[in-house]
Amino acid sequence: MRHIISILIENEAGALSRVAGLFSARGYNIESLTVAPTEDSSLSRMTLVTRGNDDIIEQITKQLNKLVDVVKLIDLAESAHIERELMMVKVKTSEATRAEIKRIADIFRGRIIDVTPTTFVIEMTGTSDKLDAFVKSIDETTIIEVVRSGATGICRGEKGLHL
Amino acid sequence: MELNGAQILVQSLKDEGVEYIFGYPGGAVLHIYDAIFQQDDVKHILVRHEQGATHAADAYARATGKTGVVLVTSGPGATNAVTGIATAYMDSIPMVVISGQVPSPVIGSDAFQEVDMVGISRPCVKHNFLVKDVTKLAETIKKAFYVASTGRPGPVVVDVPKDITDPNIKVPYKYPRKVIMRSYNPAVEGHKGQIKKAVELLLSAQRPMIYSGGGVILGEASRELIELTRTLGYPITNTLMGLGAYPATDKQFIGMLGMHGTYEANMGMHESDVILAVGARFDDRVTGKLAEFCPYAKIIHIDVDPASISKTVKVDIPIVGQVKPVLTQMIEQVKESKKQPSKKALAAWWEQIDKWRSVQCLEYDRESSLIKPQYVIEQLYEVTKGDAYITSDVGQHQMYAAQYYHFDKPRRWINSGGLGTMGFGLPAAIGVKLAFPEADVACVTGEASIQMCIQELSTALQYKTPVKIINLNNRYMGMVRQWQEFSYQSRYSHSYMDTLPDFVKLAEAYGHVGMLVENKADLRSALEEAFAMKDRTVFLDIITDRTENVYPMIESGKGHHDMKLRVAPGTPTDRELA
Repeated sequence: MRHIISILIENEAGALSRVAGLFSARGYNIESLTVAPTEDSSLSRMTLVTRGNDDIIEQITKQLNKLVDVVKLIDLAESAHIERELMMVKVKTSEATRAEIKRIADIFRGRIIDVTPTTFVIEMTGTSDKLDAFVKSIDETTIIEVVRSGATGICRGEKGLHL
Repeated sequence: MELNGAQILVQSLKDEGVEYIFGYPGGAVLHIYDAIFQQDDVKHILVRHEQGATHAADAYARATGKTGVVLVTSGPGATNAVTGIATAYMDSIPMVVISGQVPSPVIGSDAFQEVDMVGISRPCVKHNFLVKDVTKLAETIKKAFYVASTGRPGPVVVDVPKDITDPNIKVPYKYPRKVIMRSYNPAVEGHKGQIKKAVELLLSAQRPMIYSGGGVILGEASRELIELTRTLGYPITNTLMGLGAYPATDKQFIGMLGMHGTYEANMGMHESDVILAVGARFDDRVTGKLAEFCPYAKIIHIDVDPASISKTVKVDIPIVGQVKPVLTQMIEQVKESKKQPSKKALAAWWEQIDKWRSVQCLEYDRESSLIKPQYVIEQLYEVTKGDAYITSDVGQHQMYAAQYYHFDKPRRWINSGGLGTMGFGLPAAIGVKLAFPEADVACVTGEASIQMCIQELSTALQYKTPVKIINLNNRYMGMVRQWQEFSYQSRYSHSYMDTLPDFVKLAEAYGHVGMLVENKADLRSALEEAFAMKDRTVFLDIITDRTENVYPMIESGKGHHDMKLRVAPGTPTDRELA
């Protein structure tokens, strides 16, 4: 099963490599990983998407918690949460295809943020599934590149990951 | 008080109560060595190879319970220390390793003797630090000791760039009395409800087993373990790392378990209905085939490290906490409980265990004219009255020492269990002897292992650490040979050593006493003579039966109930190679 693990970690040099190193050393799989400082500059927040059965996820969370720099973590899959990922897609365009691409982007609530005579860059946020669906719905041969941030997430309601 | 970085480092160690640093100088740590030179409180032990420094510091920690301290230079000094750091990590030994680093401005430029020590050591340390600011140095050292010695202990590396120890930059010094780390809060007390459930389950057992490991020794909980075990009257087995936590000569002790454990311990585990695992981590050398591990048992597991729980074996009642307070609570509850273990069930269980015991799985050919390695350990046990500190290397000799030297006290058995590091024994013996100069310290080794850190004989001379080296010389890498005999139709690929040095001359060349023992009849007197030489390091080169194997054995991929026992002495299999 897919799990989104949110981690508050000391904003120290090497903190990211500790987490990445743990996953490679123990043979766990990372689907995506994003990291950025929080409103408290001494802390980074990391969002990690991984897959595994319950036993593996339990070990992953325990091993992460064991890292001395990890302050707190939460498995978002355990409760109601909101997930978002940012994607930018660059596609080839022509007189004939421009309108159609714009229409599909609109359906997915994407925005065109750069236009050249031969290309569009479409910006889109949503769950990872929605982004997958968009990529599938446009003509594969027109795609020049796809850039995705990896998923981030937050708990719904008053529950949250903070000190 | 204003000090420079090098002085801060040394003063911090002093304030931490450090007695010995094991190290080796080099460019990046010269400022630190200059500060060491100008004081006498912290004594520096100059080893001959950085691996030796780590093993000596590690063994010092294992024997005393204090944190071992290592100082090495950057680059090769740091990489040479890695094996010893990994050794300490696998066995959860508190150790602080200070490694020099090239000056901050040139980090990342492939400078002379530069390696990314923080990166290299990351997978085999509990934590590591790169010091970037001299004003944070004292605090970092404090944190290093705090992290290394609390919770599940382990090695911590502090990488110190040369400019941080610059003698010309002085800053105010104050060693923090304590540190608080918001991200690090090791468990202490166990969960009360879980402990209650555990006690109820324990008291309702029909075929109970107590299985304890190195955590009991690390957690200083030997007394509590003994009290609980005796109160309950249950059989107890120890892991390789746990030997000595419960007295091996006690009647409730049924030997070590696992790959070379006793028949009674492994069969007892297999047939048990309730297992109390204390400070043990269900290592693969203990469990054998996981799918067949303890099929009838409900398992209680006490461990300070939550990640150890249900890692390989799913347990029924986990208790996260330090073993000492948890066992103390369990003892109280057992004593107060109205429910008591079923006398009838327990009597039947002991009857069964005694039947397994009667197999006498550790018997060997005592009539042999050759020197059997088991016989050497038995003689060593008698000569030292069972009261020596025994260090070992890795291989057959390690297993013989574990099986035949009956450890009655914790911290007496010093060996590399998790990583299985050959070369550990000799530097370890030096570390132990420094901690306990009056005690008998013997390094049980083999002719292959001893050569991996033999250079430390020189350290032993310099610091007058008269240890006794018991070299079980079978001219083979015995354990490799044994596996090749069992699993590769006796194709002894590169497990044979036919160009061995003359160990007697070698010992003498290093300024020690060398003794060759070739006849069984001479063994006892040689051992007595060696231990009588209180102020000399003695190298006993003992020529043992080269075909001897370690029994019993659970071959890899098999379960506890599927043990290979020794065939009767004198049968062709036993003599095939003779």
